[in-house]
Amino acid sequence: MPLEEKDIAKVAQLAHLELDEEELKVFGPQIAGIINYVEQLNHLDTANVTPALGGLTPEGEKTDSARDDEVAPSLGQKTALAEAPDPAEGHFRVPKVL
Amino acid sequence: MSVKTVEQAITAAENLNETLNAFLEIDREGALERAAAIENSDGALAGLPVAVKDNICVVGLQASCGSRILGDYHPPYNATVIERLTQAGGVVIGKTNCDEFAMGSSNENSAFGPVRNPWDTTRVPGGSSGGSAAAVAAGIVPVALGSDTGGSVRQPASLCGVVGLKPTYGRNSRYGLVAFASSLDQVGIFARRVEDVASVLGVIAGRDPHDATTADVPVPDYTAALTGDLKGARVGFPRALFGEGLDEEVGDAVKGVVKVYRDLGVEIVDVDLPHAQYAIAVYYIIATAEASSNLARFDGVRYGFRAEDTPELRQMYRRTREEGFGAEVKRRIMLGTYVLSAGYYDAYYLKAQKVRTLIENDFLSAFERCDAIITPTAPTTAFALGEKVDDPLAMYLNDIYTVTANLAGVPGISVPCGLSSERLPIGFQLLGPYWSEPTLFKLAHGYAQARPFTERPPVSAPPA
Repeated sequence: MPLEEKDIAKVAQLAHLELDEEELKVFGPQIAGIINYVEQLNHLDTANVTPALGGLTPEGEKTDSARDDEVAPSLGQKTALAEAPDPAEGHFRVPKVL
Repeated sequence: MSVKTVEQAITAAENLNETLNAFLEIDREGALERAAAIENSDGALAGLPVAVKDNICVVGLQASCGSRILGDYHPPYNATVIERLTQAGGVVIGKTNCDEFAMGSSNENSAFGPVRNPWDTTRVPGGSSGGSAAAVAAGIVPVALGSDTGGSVRQPASLCGVVGLKPTYGRNSRYGLVAFASSLDQVGIFARRVEDVASVLGVIAGRDPHDATTADVPVPDYTAALTGDLKGARVGFPRALFGEGLDEEVGDAVKGVVKVYRDLGVEIVDVDLPHAQYAIAVYYIIATAEASSNLARFDGVRYGFRAEDTPELRQMYRRTREEGFGAEVKRRIMLGTYVLSAGYYDAYYLKAQKVRTLIENDFLSAFERCDAIITPTAPTTAFALGEKVDDPLAMYLNDIYTVTANLAGVPGISVPCGLSSERLPIGFQLLGPYWSEPTLFKLAHGYAQARPFTERPPVSAPPA
């Protein structure tokens, strides 16, 4: 299926990427080529196949990951903010939303 | 003793980095302090210098993931595999270069320049864990950690002439490994000797409350499997995978391994993996879909890089991601977003998950007849830097022998089996059933005993 530049621009918007003109031109044909390649899966009849749900082994499926609902130490505000680009008064500061 | 060994590794890393670009950070001071502190430790890995891929969190060191968007990010906690490694006396000497967010097969997608192959510095080391593979191949460290989502430990191990293991899904904790595709990612191990891979796995493997996908399966003594006695083992030979697209010299070398196994008393049986030809297509749908979701967290709010002069929030997200991510990461985020988008989910993502089931079933039936399957690890030896950068699909086909293991969750190991006429390493791969790491180690070690790979690359640290 041919992917047009406007389709690529739409996907970029969904992915929160601000692609430049050059990238829109290059990515279009490359992504279309990959999509064309993966469409070989349509040669397979999978009507009666159950989809895989993640990579768990049978033993992994059986492993119980529930734990008691108890308060445990966490990173804490200071450490959690230490790598933030713009921390302010114990918060992550961001540009205005509207 | 441990201080001396660690210092030698650091010096070698420093001396060779201009040539190889294998390390993004070398922690001379910290590593020597840690080595001195465990000078009298009797831990299983006491004083062992280890290099760690830059997408695994180590307190005090950066975790850039080879990306500008994380840059000099310093994680506030250790990955569980690092906790266990250091508890056992292992000393992390630095962080290794890799393809950005582990996406790539050549290491050319690193924002900090490609790693060079110690066997020929005009060639790629493979990827995405290229720095870890090169560091072990060049003799800088005996052991390194990487991550393997579609072959990112095994393929560079093959191209650099070292041993590389991707364990069963759920064998190792992913806590503190920066997520690329969560249902495929596993921390893997590089070493020159099978014995070292086995002892390190014994230390880092096992259930971790911080990672719900780790399985409650006992961790055996992996070194006990290295008996050297291969009689009665059955190795499956998937003839159909030795055809089109495989370099003749690589194919012949791996068939030579089959002959060695036969001579060692291993029974070779024909097996068929009829859906293996679809694995790359399935992989690039599932891996990119998971990546588009996992990498949504990089938005310039909580850590890492933020674009400047962006007065509005959504514009800040978009510009940060546009400036912070490299081309391959953007391409994969785009592809993953597309296959998950309304109207396409069933056609691509759901279809791929169904074919993934068929690939798993191929392995389940093959393993009814054999203990492990042998294949080449990669279709060629190391290719030239720049050769495949403009053709993403050609680059993806490098993973044709390795992605099936990640899709099915089974373990795989790459083992060196000689040099090509151009003196480039060739590797073969063994794939086994879930939790069959002891069998893989036994077979890999048995081969290495019979045909030791003792060649050293031209770019090499002086022997310790």
